[in-house]
Amino acid sequence: MDRKITLIKKRTYIHPYALAGLVPACFLLFFYFYPLSGIFLKSFFQNGKIDLFFLDQVFASTRMIKIIWFTFWQAGLSTLLTLICALPCAFVLSHYSFKSKKIIKLLASIPFVLPAVVVAAALQACFGKNGFFFGVKIEHPLVLIFMAHVFYNFSIMLRIITGFWSSLQGRIREAAMVLGASPVQVFLTITLPLLKPAIFAASILVFIFCFSSFGIILILGGPSFSTIEVEIYRQAAHLFNLPLASFLSLIQIGFTFALMWIYTSFTKRAARFAPDAEKANLKKAVFLWEKMMIAGVIIFILLLCVVPLMALVMKSLVYKGQVSLIFYKALFENVSDSIFYIPPFHAIKYSFLFAGTALVIAVITGVCAALFIRFCDRKIDNRWTSFFDPIFMLPLSTSAVTLGFGIIITLDKPPLNLRTSIFLIPIAHALVGFPFVVRAILPAIRSIPEHLTDASSLLGASPLKIFRYIDLPLMSKSLVAAAIFAFTISLGEFGATIFTARPETPTIPIAIYRFLGQPGAMNYGQAMAISAILMVVTAIGFVVIENFRKENSEGF
Amino acid sequence: MRLKFFLIIICLILISLFACSNEEQNQDEAQRSTPEIPSITIMTHDSFSVSKKVVSLFEAKFHAKMVILKSGDAGEALNKAILSKNNPLADIFYGVDNTFLSRALGAQMFVAYAPSNLDSVDTLLKLDPENRLVPVDFGDVCLNYDIKWFKDNNKLPPAMLEDLIKPEFKGLTVVENPATSSPGLAFLLATISRFGQEGYIDYWQKLKANEVLITNGWKEAYWGKFTAASEGDKPIVVSYASSPAAEVFFSETKLTQAPTGVVVENGSAFRQIEFAGILKGSSKLTLAKKTMDFILSKEFQEDIPLQMFVFPANKEAALPEVFKKHARITKEPAILDPLLIDTKRDTWIREWTEKLL
Repeated sequence: MDRKITLIKKRTYIHPYALAGLVPACFLLFFYFYPLSGIFLKSFFQNGKIDLFFLDQVFASTRMIKIIWFTFWQAGLSTLLTLICALPCAFVLSHYSFKSKKIIKLLASIPFVLPAVVVAAALQACFGKNGFFFGVKIEHPLVLIFMAHVFYNFSIMLRIITGFWSSLQGRIREAAMVLGASPVQVFLTITLPLLKPAIFAASILVFIFCFSSFGIILILGGPSFSTIEVEIYRQAAHLFNLPLASFLSLIQIGFTFALMWIYTSFTKRAARFAPDAEKANLKKAVFLWEKMMIAGVIIFILLLCVVPLMALVMKSLVYKGQVSLIFYKALFENVSDSIFYIPPFHAIKYSFLFAGTALVIAVITGVCAALFIRFCDRKIDNRWTSFFDPIFMLPLSTSAVTLGFGIIITLDKPPLNLRTSIFLIPIAHALVGFPFVVRAILPAIRSIPEHLTDASSLLGASPLKIFRYIDLPLMSKSLVAAAIFAFTISLGEFGATIFTARPETPTIPIAIYRFLGQPGAMNYGQAMAISAILMVVTAIGFVVIENFRKENSEGF
Repeated sequence: MRLKFFLIIICLILISLFACSNEEQNQDEAQRSTPEIPSITIMTHDSFSVSKKVVSLFEAKFHAKMVILKSGDAGEALNKAILSKNNPLADIFYGVDNTFLSRALGAQMFVAYAPSNLDSVDTLLKLDPENRLVPVDFGDVCLNYDIKWFKDNNKLPPAMLEDLIKPEFKGLTVVENPATSSPGLAFLLATISRFGQEGYIDYWQKLKANEVLITNGWKEAYWGKFTAASEGDKPIVVSYASSPAAEVFFSETKLTQAPTGVVVENGSAFRQIEFAGILKGSSKLTLAKKTMDFILSKEFQEDIPLQMFVFPANKEAALPEVFKKHARITKEPAILDPLLIDTKRDTWIREWTEKLL
């Protein structure tokens, strides 16, 4: 008998979820830490000794201090604004069912894929000189930066919070209501605390995303506003001051780690509850105020996300004051017979191929990472969680130029000779998508009650079976959100800074940049046209991913 | 049920990916198994372009494949080449400009070689006496203005840099940040060449007082603020002397007159010269040399204007109609010594950033 117990103990010692941690670990080790350490070593140890002259440049210059300070406060404010916009919308989307809900959710997610230069064009079409947004004219770079950040990140907040909120159990709230609590009381004392993990997860994601904001700041901010990320690009790509660029990258990485560490320690005791079926929670609007609330949210999302998108589509359809398909037709002509001409279907095909592959890589590594973190949470010491969780977030805030340079100098020998490989593209995309996946599913996966898995394990279910019948169904909703993030990030990623591109495999953002690279009215129109195509392609991708879940959710 | 579906999708995607990669591999293998078709790899920046006709001409002439690697903007591509110099990614690097010339030469990663057509290249363009990097094309960075705007407002367009600080040009100009944009840097160098190292900051401060707008990149300035190309309100922008030709070429109705004009006289245009060279460590030196000959040949050089909207370095290359009519080459460009540019670039940019931003 004794022997048997030790046997079981031994067998459970290497838990499959612990092994799952190896997947993200290897992934990050090969494609993130190895290239980064390569470039850091090269920058700091020139001629065999450490050279710290760059420290002067950082701390002696008020400009650098200003940049670091600006990076922090703009990220904080952007996150707060996004949260304020997203929370009411998430409430409505997670509590009420209404006709246009699906399409509203879809439209809200499209901005995320648009390249910064196109977003700038969209905002300008709305608020520029002849902007058609009720004559409102906005030109202050700061206002534009915040608008663009909210425009971009709104869907992250919305998706994560809605996904979590709609799986919150209604019974506790109802009980509180019965006991005489006012709606405000219920919200403040029950809903909000329960919702905290999702709000924090989404906020931290948006914060880090804005913290390392690059394109938006570079284009809309003008030269007076610069983030650390922009400064790294400037130092590395133009001044070739690698030590300073690496040092700034380290500051960025170090800060992200510290922030995530505080965050994970803060949320160690995650809320636990029994997830409920979605349908039980959703209700139809009955009262007038409910209907007005829904209408308000719809109008808000339309104004925030759809109007700028429409402005872009209009630009692609209007030629010399008349509606015309001339720009779309021109996409199919190679006027200058260039070998870099990108046939639209080619670009769509490769965009889909890369996005699909990046999605699979990011979701698999992300799910493994989340399972591993939960395993650390529950089976071993919490301290490991506060170590691994921040590590998994690092790729999000790492400068693309630094990583790209690192790849050039490290991944140059077989078996990892990937410098010009086609595989580097989805891998680089997945690297950025991976933290999103982890953040999106971790709240859901953590909230799965431990006794559920323990019970099934006691009844003889193998860990794989537990994953398939308990974990996977319960996190499916968040998994869809995660997949959508990974997919959109890949679709919108310009990323030439990370890899050395072979022009044979163009994506849609690369086509947009190609058109905007040269003067001429046709080029601009075609850039707008292909941006419109990018939006449609994204929408199709979303519908496919969403339906993939729906078809299989009967067994819930 | 759900798991099965998930697995099926994953399998489908993986299969399609493998199908795709097999294609790649087959191509690679085809290259390897038939050693008589070697390939030459050219590393370059994102703005590089060449026509299909010229590539197939090359492939027919030398029985070799031309592979092109794009590695980011001009500065980034060069830095990537420098970082990989011990194990180069390509045989030839195309697109070092004169502002980066001494950095590229200092890295000692180019093989000296004088292509057969080098005599047809203007001596003013040749900046490396050892021919490790040879000039392949050039373009002038200068002020562009919206012809229609000046006509509508009954004003005269600017004629030289000094005009921009006059009161009648208040708030009309948009320029690019020299720290993040290559035409921006070229324009800064033009002002340094014109007003000297002591005087240029003074000029810029007057420009600032005259409400000049600064953007980070050419795209934002041209597509975002320039009246002739966007909904912006600045009729003067820093762009290229060949931009009017591009405006004409990329117009649906084939304009007969360019909508924009350029200011190139009185030393107000800075000449950007692009160079190419053979990377040390290339295993196909003979073929690489032939490729360099080809890059300076009339066929390749005549293709350059409409592909990249810059001028060919080879004087014998004929210019296309649209260039003859709408693009201008100045006789007296602003010139600065590449070594001086390289040693002082950081200082100038830092001074500029601190005084102007």
